Amino acid sequence: MASYLVKRAIQSLILLWLVSMIGFAILHLAPGGPLAQFALTPGMTDADLKRMAQQMGLDRPLPIQYLEWAWRLLCGDWGNSYRDSKPVLSIIAGHLGATFELMFASTTIAVLLGSWVGVLGAVRRYSLFDTLATVGAMIALSIPTFWFGLIFIYIFSVTLGWLPAGSRFTIGDGSLLDYALHLIAPSIVLGFVTVAIWSRFMRASMLDVINQDYVRTARAKGLPERVILVKHTIRNAILPMITIAGLQLPTLLSGALVTETVFTWPGMGRLFLDSISYRDYPAVMGILMCSALLVLIGSLLADVLYSVADPRIRLD
Amino acid sequence: MATASIPHAATATATATRPGNRALRRFLRHRLALFGLVTILLLSLNSGLGPLLNPFDDLYIDVMHRFAAPFGDSHLLGTDALGRDMLARLMMAGRVSLTVGFVAMIISTAIGTTIGAIAGYYGRFIGAALMRTVDAMLCFPAIFLLLTLATLVSPSLTTITLIISLTAWMEVARVVEAQIRSLRERDFAVAAEVMGASDARTIFRELLPNAVAPIVVAATLIVARAILLESYVSFLGYGIQPPVASWGNMLNNAQQYLTTAPWLAIFPGAMITLAVTSFNFLGDGLRDALDPR
Repeated sequence: MASYLVKRAIQSLILLWLVSMIGFAILHLAPGGPLAQFALTPGMTDADLKRMAQQMGLDRPLPIQYLEWAWRLLCGDWGNSYRDSKPVLSIIAGHLGATFELMFASTTIAVLLGSWVGVLGAVRRYSLFDTLATVGAMIALSIPTFWFGLIFIYIFSVTLGWLPAGSRFTIGDGSLLDYALHLIAPSIVLGFVTVAIWSRFMRASMLDVINQDYVRTARAKGLPERVILVKHTIRNAILPMITIAGLQLPTLLSGALVTETVFTWPGMGRLFLDSISYRDYPAVMGILMCSALLVLIGSLLADVLYSVADPRIRLD
Repeated sequence: MATASIPHAATATATATRPGNRALRRFLRHRLALFGLVTILLLSLNSGLGPLLNPFDDLYIDVMHRFAAPFGDSHLLGTDALGRDMLARLMMAGRVSLTVGFVAMIISTAIGTTIGAIAGYYGRFIGAALMRTVDAMLCFPAIFLLLTLATLVSPSLTTITLIISLTAWMEVARVVEAQIRSLRERDFAVAAEVMGASDARTIFRELLPNAVAPIVVAATLIVARAILLESYVSFLGYGIQPPVASWGNMLNNAQQYLTTAPWLAIFPGAMITLAVTSFNFLGDGLRDALDPR
């Protein structure tokens, strides 16, 4: 167990290093490099730029610049936003909550609904329900999230008037109901794709388990089907899904960005887009690195949790 | 619902392989793949030749006929906020979106195949280094990476296609690497090596032809992905720039007219969904047909 954890941690560190290299490369790919922002300022001469580059240490060899950048990243100094000079890390921290709230709500929907569809599809394999679920999942994966969001707003906000069309709460109305009402639409829209993915994996996982010997034994000793399904089949089929949940993080974050845009949700995705339209490179880089870090931590956590939950797993 | 199904569970495993249902499923699957193929051909034809038959120009601004509702007198699918014909714009946008999808597929398949083949063939340090880089690239959520790259280039058809390719090649690399790694141990590959074939010859003449099937499947799915990614960046305003239309950027301003002119949002999104679904169905059908597993 311990050796597995150590191995997995080392793998993650190597990935972290590669991720930071890619991030650094992108930063320096920017036309004009990190100084691109200032090069646009009227009256800026080449001599000024050169002096600034020297002050910021941009004339030094790249490996040294990388080491310094990476060190500051580790120390939590992610630079200051061009927009309001606030530290990037604290700006990100201020927006993470809203994104996590949205991701949590949509994952809950996806896990409940997706598991149900997957289990039923596996139990009644090749039935009409299963076939429709398969085709439906494929269509769900093909619908652009932002368009689904627009249609959702058109139906439930514009036409029916049931749900608010966006933002996190009504100003001046601090009730819990108000929060919940605002959360419904974006979390369904974001969860839509995840339901499709989750149901496919759940179905496959159930099919792996459903014909195992111990399920047959349980049936042979006369246990009620309900008990077999819940205690023997689903319980074992849901274990590998921990890993799937970890792997879904990049998709979920990408979806969150789009969903937040459509529903003017004040999360990290919106912050990212705002930063991009301001060409606020420190913030853009910070959010990019932060999202990659979250993905990395997510997959590491999922693997560790899985190995704790299922003692048979000893990957090397 | 779940409880209702439980009494049938015992019989369900027994009937799981009932031949009639399985045949229906296979048939449907092939039907869907066929549907995908026909739709793709129709969409391509419609975008390629359609503008020649439609009397309206996609860029012609007609402020006297703004927001004409669809299925009206002259404009079949209505007009947009500037009075431009929706049908003409959808067709021209199709040219852009489908081109981006196909070209990005070709570029990213080429990148992915090359990197995957090198990693799978040489293995050891080179292989590990390349595949870990692939893993690291996949840590970045696709849209975050794509938008960051989009800020670094001036948006045009070429640059957007290129940056989409740069964010979509990793899956192919994984598929090809796994294939080549297992194929290179096979007798024919070892024989080629023993006969003194160069590495390049072994890879391109012996190994890759045997890995075509999974590459084709992955490439088909990349077209779907590329069209989707293009629509995302264009919708967010960093992709194809107006007045040139793409299905994504037609939706760019649609949200503010949602109450008054919902067709501005409905049609382009329906086209994206149709195109992406078709490529996904086709890819799934191809996987079924080419991959015996």
